[in-house]
Amino acid sequence: MLFAPTPLHIPDGFLNVAVSVICWIITVITLSLAVSKTNKALGEKQIPLMGIMAAFIFAAQMINFPVAGGTSGHLLGGVLAAVVLGPWAGMLVMTAVIALQAILFQDGGLLVMGANILNMGLVTAAIGYGLYRSVMGQSKAVKLGVIGVAAWLSVMAGALFTALQLWLSGTSQLQIVIPAMMGVHALIGIGEALVTVSAISFIMQTRPDLLGEGSESAQGSRNWIFVGGLVALLVVLISPFASGDPDGLERVAEDIGFISAGQDAPYSIIPDYTIPFLGETALSTILAGVVGIIVVAAIMVLIGRGLKAKV
Amino acid sequence: MHFDAFDRYHEKESFIHRLDPRVKAVVTIIFIVSNALLPDGAWLAFVFGWLLVLASNLLSKLGLGYTLKRSIIALPFALIAVTVLFSIPGEPLTTLRILRWELVITDAGFLRFVSILIRSWLLVQMAILLVAVTRFPDLIHALEHLRVPAVLTTIIAFLYRYLFVLTDEVLRLLRARESRSATAPGSRSGGGVVWRAKVAGHMAGQLFLRSYERSDRIYNAMIARGYAGHLYTLNPHEMKARDYFATAFAIAAIFLTQVLGRF
Repeated sequence: MLFAPTPLHIPDGFLNVAVSVICWIITVITLSLAVSKTNKALGEKQIPLMGIMAAFIFAAQMINFPVAGGTSGHLLGGVLAAVVLGPWAGMLVMTAVIALQAILFQDGGLLVMGANILNMGLVTAAIGYGLYRSVMGQSKAVKLGVIGVAAWLSVMAGALFTALQLWLSGTSQLQIVIPAMMGVHALIGIGEALVTVSAISFIMQTRPDLLGEGSESAQGSRNWIFVGGLVALLVVLISPFASGDPDGLERVAEDIGFISAGQDAPYSIIPDYTIPFLGETALSTILAGVVGIIVVAAIMVLIGRGLKAKV
Repeated sequence: MHFDAFDRYHEKESFIHRLDPRVKAVVTIIFIVSNALLPDGAWLAFVFGWLLVLASNLLSKLGLGYTLKRSIIALPFALIAVTVLFSIPGEPLTTLRILRWELVITDAGFLRFVSILIRSWLLVQMAILLVAVTRFPDLIHALEHLRVPAVLTTIIAFLYRYLFVLTDEVLRLLRARESRSATAPGSRSGGGVVWRAKVAGHMAGQLFLRSYERSDRIYNAMIARGYAGHLYTLNPHEMKARDYFATAFAIAAIFLTQVLGRF
């Protein structure tokens, strides 16, 4: 089958009950908000539409593209769903997809489903819609660029949340799981960003009416920008902080003797997640994160320009 | 693609198949929560839990090893827990030398690692069994009875119903891409990774438009057949005596697992 599991679907047994329950509570509260908002805003017509859109996200995850060495990337779809359907409907659609994957295919557990929905459905939609909304009136290139950044950040946020939950459950060491998850997903996120940007630019050209500026009120829109921006900021601040933590990973590494192996990586743009002349301070790791985001943002805006110029 | 390509239901005439879907859903959830609550190294309880899995397999006439065969799906995720082998302080068991690294496996770490794997393996088997003995629409209906909001269950029901249609659509798109991507042996085809991702994105966009337009047609067809905002089932659920007995027995067995795990 073409169905491709992603490393973000946590199976049952890997999170302890306390963490699972806390995630369920957050998820249930957010979803009940989403249900009441969609019930209010949408007519009965939207229900089949959202069902088909959930099937679309599921099917779109099968569109893969070869990357290198036999591996392939594919879409996760959280940001795409939020931009196209709006945040609440996007969340419900992603929840349906994740629930079906867990119930029918055991891709992700049942007890930890709350965590999986939070990581892959709610956080991604909040970042995607919040950032997209913040550039509503801007040019197409800027919009596409921001969507790309949001897609990349959404994958990173999912990875960060997953890593934190695994750590809180005592399943993995923080100092190992954060760099590992964030490292792998930094690459997966680039694929997600490229596919999402290209899909949205295709829809912008063919059916711009479907991406109407939406009926969301100015107040609701400001809240989304705030929430999305906050989560994005959290990812930017926490991830370099956690992976740059000097007295965890590095002491363990020093003790068991692979710090020398870790240090002679062939190249690194921002060594150790710090800015060299600032030393190893909190400010430095945070700045390193910000620099990373700006670089990605610039690249995505350029790609957005390129797409616009060519087609 | 055949309409039941994604179906995981196994048609059998058995006691468990005939149970009310709500009973099966609730018992599965209780089993999962109970197992996740077991402390590390509760070997007796793990064995008992496994016996319960085997018994359910037998009772549903799927064969002893049915869930065992399909349970490897969660195995790759075990990698994420490997670090606990080395990170929990305890008596060193053995030392691995991989290249220049020396990794010390401690007894406490080993205990935790094995416990995580066993728990996860038991839980995934119960989840596999649940969808093998319950028709998916019945399961969704049961969720609705268990107070999952109708919007959500309806979306999931639609998702399940149109999964294979849109999968067919994707397979057509993929086949079209394949047929446009012919190359002479030895020569390189297509552009770089960015170009390929762009093609995939356009395919996703195309799929979106097709799905969107299809949803319009589906809605019109539903209205034409009298849809008034609610889906119905042909298998109305009613609790019978055997459902109550089965629930009571299952809860007692799960409680016994907890007792075995803690004393």
